[in-house]
Amino acid sequence: MSPSRMLLLVGGLSLATLGMLYGLHYALFAEHQTLDRMGGSLAQAFSQAAGRNLQPAYNSVDAYASTKFDYVRQVDLHSHWIGLSMLLIVLGAAFDGVAFSERGKLWIAAVLTVGSFVFPLGVILQTLSHGAAYASVLAILGSAVVTAGLAAVAWGFGRSGQ
Amino acid sequence: MAAALQAVMSTHAVSARLAETFAPMSARRLLVFGGIALVATGMLFGDIFAVFVLHQNGDATGQAVLSAAEAARAGNSTAVQATFQRIAGLLEDHGTKVDTHVHMTDAGYLALLLALIQPCVALPQKRKKLLAGLFVAGGLLLPVGIFLIHYVGLAYSPFAVIGWASVLADSAGALLMLVLIAEAYGLWKFLRGAESGESELPDDRTWERRALLSGGTLLILLGFLYGAWYAGVDLYRHEARESQILKGMLDAATGAGDISAQVAQYRSLAAEKAVKIAAHSHLIEFGLLAMLLSFVQPYVFLSKRWKRRWIVTLLMGSVILPVFVLLEMNLGLLAGGIADVGGLLVIIALTAMLVGVLRYGGSLDAGVVG
Repeated sequence: MSPSRMLLLVGGLSLATLGMLYGLHYALFAEHQTLDRMGGSLAQAFSQAAGRNLQPAYNSVDAYASTKFDYVRQVDLHSHWIGLSMLLIVLGAAFDGVAFSERGKLWIAAVLTVGSFVFPLGVILQTLSHGAAYASVLAILGSAVVTAGLAAVAWGFGRSGQ
Repeated sequence: MAAALQAVMSTHAVSARLAETFAPMSARRLLVFGGIALVATGMLFGDIFAVFVLHQNGDATGQAVLSAAEAARAGNSTAVQATFQRIAGLLEDHGTKVDTHVHMTDAGYLALLLALIQPCVALPQKRKKLLAGLFVAGGLLLPVGIFLIHYVGLAYSPFAVIGWASVLADSAGALLMLVLIAEAYGLWKFLRGAESGESELPDDRTWERRALLSGGTLLILLGFLYGAWYAGVDLYRHEARESQILKGMLDAATGAGDISAQVAQYRSLAAEKAVKIAAHSHLIEFGLLAMLLSFVQPYVFLSKRWKRRWIVTLLMGSVILPVFVLLEMNLGLLAGGIADVGGLLVIIALTAMLVGVLRYGGSLDAGVVG
């Protein structure tokens, strides 16, 4: 097996396991509590509005928005790691059909593997400090790298058909 | 004459090699059957959900939010709490059904992926078969557990927030992970030089393989680009807008504003978010499916013409669904109906391919091919 295929397969399986471990941990220890917190904040906001306490009601909406910000990104981490891992494994199986030199293919495989790990990591790091620039930069870089890698693969598949 | 004879002999050699990779009761056969069946069932569930539950659930949630705002205006916080209990139930109903669809389909994808990498997994055949069986069982039990969460709730549960259905889903998820870890161990042994005892699929550069591989890659690329656009342009704007609308709703509830208008804006925002995320995820999922199915084509025992028809049907449905899901914001239910037809096309093509694979397995066992 070529080193590029090996990298994609090992990277894909590792990422799938990591994504599932995170999903299991999240489902067991965080998801129900997070959903309860979100629902609780929103219900509290409307109850406070019923009592004509508008400022605390606004604060409760802000608390809801903050919890939801984290929730969306936590679910995104799980789904993107697993989705990208599947892509890496499929590409690992199909990589012989990419018409580039082995050195070029190894670079593309490395770019795809690193990007697939870093992009969702940047997304989850946004929850540590909302609006943190370093986390957004990491997520943008990671996704750009994966997209560029995939475009190169599509080009390679196209070349093999010629 | 000699060339024709050579071609026939070469075809027989390829068929024999192909038959070797699809032995009766082998891990690969189980994973291919189980994988396609899980994907088709997961998609059928998604289509049924989209037609019979999704919009009705959205309407009911919108009505409940309106009731909560009206209860707040009336100063009745007990009614507010009761309405939010109802909203939580509606959201759980919606969320668990989406998760059932996603997890069943994704478990099917993973099963097909594992079928692909079997030649690189250096484990005894018996253990591979056991792992394949456990994976398919886990892939079925996980979504079933998720589906039941809404209906079983916390009945007879010894835990504070986790019910028995969640326990079933989490256990099935853990089982899937254990199988993946075992497969990774087999892969690691293979990389260290151990034999897998299984031959790789013969090199295939047919039209079917190339159409599905390139079509799938393009769909995934489109999905990535659209996802990047959504994250850059819409995600933060949507998050800020949701808070703004909710605060507007509270203002209206405590003053003389129009609550219905705020609730309508809230529903419109929720619909916009849902269709954009659905378009992104379905483009990528269908792209991945097309790529996976490209490897299964040698096992689809149908005439070349029908194989190509089903591939074209699958790719057409894969484009129609996400495009018309997006157009739902402009064209309403008409676009929703066309999107559902797109999903149905994918399911029909997938089922036809599953029939082809079953025919191949049956013919192989009966000694008709191979």
